[in-house]
Amino acid sequence: MAVSLRPDKVGVLVAVIAAAAAASPFATFKANRIVAGAPRSLFEALPPTGAAILAAVLAVAVVVALLRTPGWLRLAAALAALGALAVAIGAVPAHLTPEGDRLARVGPSTGFWLSLVAFAVMAADASIRLRLGPLARIVAVLLVALGVALLLRTGAWDGLSVMKEYAGRSDAFWREAGRHVALALGSLAAAIVVGIPLGVLCHRVPAVRGAILGVLNVVQTIPSIAMFGMLIAPLAAVAAAFPFLAALGVGGIGAAPAFVALFAYALLPMVANTVVGLASVPAAAVDAARGMGMTARQRLVRVEFPLAFPVILTGIRIVLVQNLGLATIAGLIGGGGFGVFVFQGLGQTAIDLVLLGALPTVALAFSAAILLDAAVEASRGRLA
Amino acid sequence: MTPVGIAFRLLVLVLMVAFLANPGLFEPLLLPLTRNGAPAIYVQGDLVALTLNHLAIVAMATGAATIIAVGLAMLVSRPSGVEFLPLSRSIVNIGQTFPPVAVLAIAVPLVGFGDRPALIALFLYGLLPIFENALVGLTGVPAAVADAARGMGLTPRQILFRVDLPLALPLILSGVRLSAVIALSTAAIGSTVAAKTLGEVIIAGLLSGNTAFVVQGGLLVAGLAILIDGVFVAAERFAAHRVGALQLRTA
Repeated sequence: MAVSLRPDKVGVLVAVIAAAAAASPFATFKANRIVAGAPRSLFEALPPTGAAILAAVLAVAVVVALLRTPGWLRLAAALAALGALAVAIGAVPAHLTPEGDRLARVGPSTGFWLSLVAFAVMAADASIRLRLGPLARIVAVLLVALGVALLLRTGAWDGLSVMKEYAGRSDAFWREAGRHVALALGSLAAAIVVGIPLGVLCHRVPAVRGAILGVLNVVQTIPSIAMFGMLIAPLAAVAAAFPFLAALGVGGIGAAPAFVALFAYALLPMVANTVVGLASVPAAAVDAARGMGMTARQRLVRVEFPLAFPVILTGIRIVLVQNLGLATIAGLIGGGGFGVFVFQGLGQTAIDLVLLGALPTVALAFSAAILLDAAVEASRGRLA
Repeated sequence: MTPVGIAFRLLVLVLMVAFLANPGLFEPLLLPLTRNGAPAIYVQGDLVALTLNHLAIVAMATGAATIIAVGLAMLVSRPSGVEFLPLSRSIVNIGQTFPPVAVLAIAVPLVGFGDRPALIALFLYGLLPIFENALVGLTGVPAAVADAARGMGLTPRQILFRVDLPLALPLILSGVRLSAVIALSTAAIGSTVAAKTLGEVIIAGLLSGNTAFVVQGGLLVAGLAILIDGVFVAAERFAAHRVGALQLRTA
């Protein structure tokens, strides 16, 4: 047993972050929406029993992390710690807000966020040690999403300042959420439809490859806010010249320039990954297909695409995650999306409103990355 | 770099210097983009000062990110840090999914408005490409080279500094290049939190509906990105050339 007393190195990292969290304020209390917050420690923020239970759960999880324990136990302890944190933060507002005070705002502070980081690292490390397969990871993401949905649905977080921002504009929130996702997915679809044939063209005709990839590379250097802005004038001109397009919603400001900008940034990863994917198809496989009498089109559809698919799917993953993040910029030019809340919030120095836009954006990009990474791995496994 | 590539970058450099020295020269080109007699050239702030501050923010953030990211990659690629290797890979992978606007916005409550949230966002965002590339470079040193170095009696520290790092240098530089180009673009978004960068010009244009401002701000940032990209590509070639010589000697 003497060996097991040597601490686990990742566990030491978790413990250091958790210790820093314990030394930081757990929550902030603000008299109203705009003023700076006052820090509250864990034992100030929660009733004594609640604070003691949370501290005990977190302490046990840190001990599990420090010792050389099996992977499933580490995962269970990390998830228990994360769940306890999620429930506890929802109980803080009721304890801190004076009776009848409708202006006060209570939100998580450094201590809460650091604890979240510590145990998220522990959970990620445990899932690596358990070698969770693609399917298990997809199920894990869905379970976490379900847990968050449950906490939101039951109103457990309703007292938190971000949720108060939401309560005032729930209609606008879902409208912008829909626009955000529509912008990201729509421009991804357009980039797939245009980018894959362009990639095939680059693969078949090396003479145009340098020119197409060179132009797309220069497009990537244009800063995103400028790209969104520069498209306003040409699209306004297009809408003025072709009234039927204007009737379809094409215009100088709004979703059209945002859509075109996202599409322009998405093309390079799509084309480049299609080219790399097709180039990685073994020459022997193509020769065999030719020997079987397949036409060029049959070879492309039945041999080259299936073999290049994991690399093309990686391109789709890059584009989707990038689009979900970049779509926030649309908020600056009237294109909608979660950026609307981020920039409104920055304008009013209302940080809770900023978070109302930023947190769902991060959550969307994050889940899209995990889901598509799992899909890429599954598609590679199918080929092998 | 092809002669066309070099000529293109020289042209970008000349145009940028000419514009910053005397923006009035370009007024006829930008005037058609304005409406209702709005000014074509941004005069609310000094374009040269904004350009220099933009570059300074990017240089500081990318420099700090390089030191930290290469240091971390050195730690986890040594035998004593190997337990952190898979974990750090997946943290890097997931960290890259954080949208720059969200990082910028979340930094504001911590440090207030101005250059500081931009510096923090650029630093955090810049870590990932450098770390990823440094890790690939440091863990991808051919086993034969490492064996030869040990056989020559080099200590682990000497192997790190005299073999692994020089061999990984082209890849590390490529990571720094990616980081710097992303940082240039993200620094422009930094003006939404009042950072003094060229984004100020773009945002002034967006707010007043003046496309001339948007275009001149955007093209200045794009020009900087193209030039910095060129400098790093040249540096990578130089480093790779030296490594090529080293590989020949060790082979």
